Amino acid sequence: MITGTNLRFAYSAQKKFNFPDIKCKNGETLLILGQSGKGKTTLLHLLALLLKPDSGEIMIAGTSANNLSSSQLAQVRAKNIGIIYQRPHFVSSLSVLDNILLSNYLGDKKPDKAKATALAEQLGFADHLSKKPSRLSQGEQQRVSIARALMNNPNIILADEPTSNLDDNNCQRVIELLKTQSASIGASLVVVTHDQRLKDVFSNQVFL
Amino acid sequence: MNLLKISIANLKEKKLNSFLSALLLTLGIGMISLLLLLNKQLDEQFRRNIKGIDLVVGAKGSPLQLILSSIYQIDAPTGNVPLSEVNSLRKNPFVKTVIPLSMGDSYQGFRIVGTTPKYTEHFQAKIAQGHLYNASMEVTIGSKVARNTGLKIGDTFSSSHGLDSEGDVHGNRKYVVKGVFEPNGSVVDQLILTRLSSIWDIHEHAEENHEVEKHTLGPEHEDEDKQVTSALVQFRNPMGLMTIPRQINENTSMQAALPSIEINRLFSLLGVGIETLRALALVIIMIAGASVFISLYNSLKERKYEMALMLSMGATRTKLFLMLLLEGLMLAIIGFVAGIVLSRIGLWLFSRAAEQDFHYSIRQFGILPEEIYLFFAALFIGLLAAALPSLGIYKLNISRTLAEE
Repeated sequence: MITGTNLRFAYSAQKKFNFPDIKCKNGETLLILGQSGKGKTTLLHLLALLLKPDSGEIMIAGTSANNLSSSQLAQVRAKNIGIIYQRPHFVSSLSVLDNILLSNYLGDKKPDKAKATALAEQLGFADHLSKKPSRLSQGEQQRVSIARALMNNPNIILADEPTSNLDDNNCQRVIELLKTQSASIGASLVVVTHDQRLKDVFSNQVFL
Repeated sequence: MNLLKISIANLKEKKLNSFLSALLLTLGIGMISLLLLLNKQLDEQFRRNIKGIDLVVGAKGSPLQLILSSIYQIDAPTGNVPLSEVNSLRKNPFVKTVIPLSMGDSYQGFRIVGTTPKYTEHFQAKIAQGHLYNASMEVTIGSKVARNTGLKIGDTFSSSHGLDSEGDVHGNRKYVVKGVFEPNGSVVDQLILTRLSSIWDIHEHAEENHEVEKHTLGPEHEDEDKQVTSALVQFRNPMGLMTIPRQINENTSMQAALPSIEINRLFSLLGVGIETLRALALVIIMIAGASVFISLYNSLKERKYEMALMLSMGATRTKLFLMLLLEGLMLAIIGFVAGIVLSRIGLWLFSRAAEQDFHYSIRQFGILPEEIYLFFAALFIGLLAAALPSLGIYKLNISRTLAEE
């Protein structure tokens, strides 16, 4: 469960954002639609606690993130939030499997290899676990990053333009996977995008 | 999954950069370590043999040459001096012992030295097998001579004239091996010792053979005409040092050379070279540090996104900083270990050459205390070179870095 109320953020006097209130309960999905320059990524970074809002409050799993120190924020992120980025990025020196297990390590949890292979099985890249991520296709990479986001059973999954670089087939597949996987662990799924193809797939929508 | 594993993966990812950094460190550390080893072992070898010898007398010439030939048996002798003059030294009250040496012949490159039993006493050489020579043409051989030539007790051999193995062979008279010394690390290991009279005998016979004009002398004059190459002198007290060398240099046909002074002179000559090499090695180590710095700095620029990603996944900045430090540290350790191995290989090669040319062997491959300091210095350089660029991790703006790409 994640809520954002009265969120404001300014990069400069000219570049200010006032965001509508956001609310996404456990097991629900929310689509945030907006054209470029409307502050989609800024909002996602605020929700992911990567940026501090100038005003307003973000509640994650029932606790306010307003007065946390940076190391506490890192802990909350590791435990409660799984993030999927527009362009999947990895630690290039590590294998696909190690990149997935990295979530566990950075979240101070035991590496769960069984879970990683099970997720790889479900997301369809089980053959690539020992390869370097750069050798996978875009669609495959995006599915790996979904697996990485799911490893710590987060309370919230945030996806930033997860489908904008994918063709229709892959787009369909990635969104389906995101929805089923987040539903299966009862997480809130918040997708930020300008991709009109997703309009019909989500019932809860917010426009920026 | 831990920091070490990620660091290793990162080093492997940039194989050439890592290799270059480690290679430079290896060279620098290897050079310094080799210099330390050589310096220590040469010093030990030289000091061990010099112990208890206060003065060397011999024919006039280079004092250093006299020391090198008479004590270390590595240079050519300066010439001959009459035994009578050497023996007159014994009358001086400050003189404790005089050990005359006669050399000039060799067997398979090992020097045959005619001397008195005092010589073996002085170097504390103990007999391993057989007994000490006690008649003319009997020899007792050093352990290395026995090993390299295969001579055993009872074997006979002909010496050859000169100190390398290509001299004329004195075919007529043969030496017989009576005993073998225990190895004791001194110059005795590489010598064939015999009575002074053996050397005289052999050369008299040689002269006969070559039909050179022969002097026949009564046995009572023998001592006066006999010659030796040099003599090692020990003083009863340091007062001898004040007067005797001057007396000898001014009043006799001989020269007196002080081993401690000559060896210090030799080392100060060598020292210039050693200092230069050491400075060069330090420069190489500095370049290695710069190489670690540059390669981490560059890879950090490339990996900025990775760092932001790991931070967004819950890593703390300190953890990532440690990870980068670990990369520098591992390069330092690899460079140090490889450098130590390299220096041992260098020492081994050097020792092989030295053994062939001078019969001296250098066989200490253990870690020197100085090398432990060297280890910490290497770690320090690795850490410093890694820490400087890695501090940037504390200034990294996660959100902007993630949004930019």
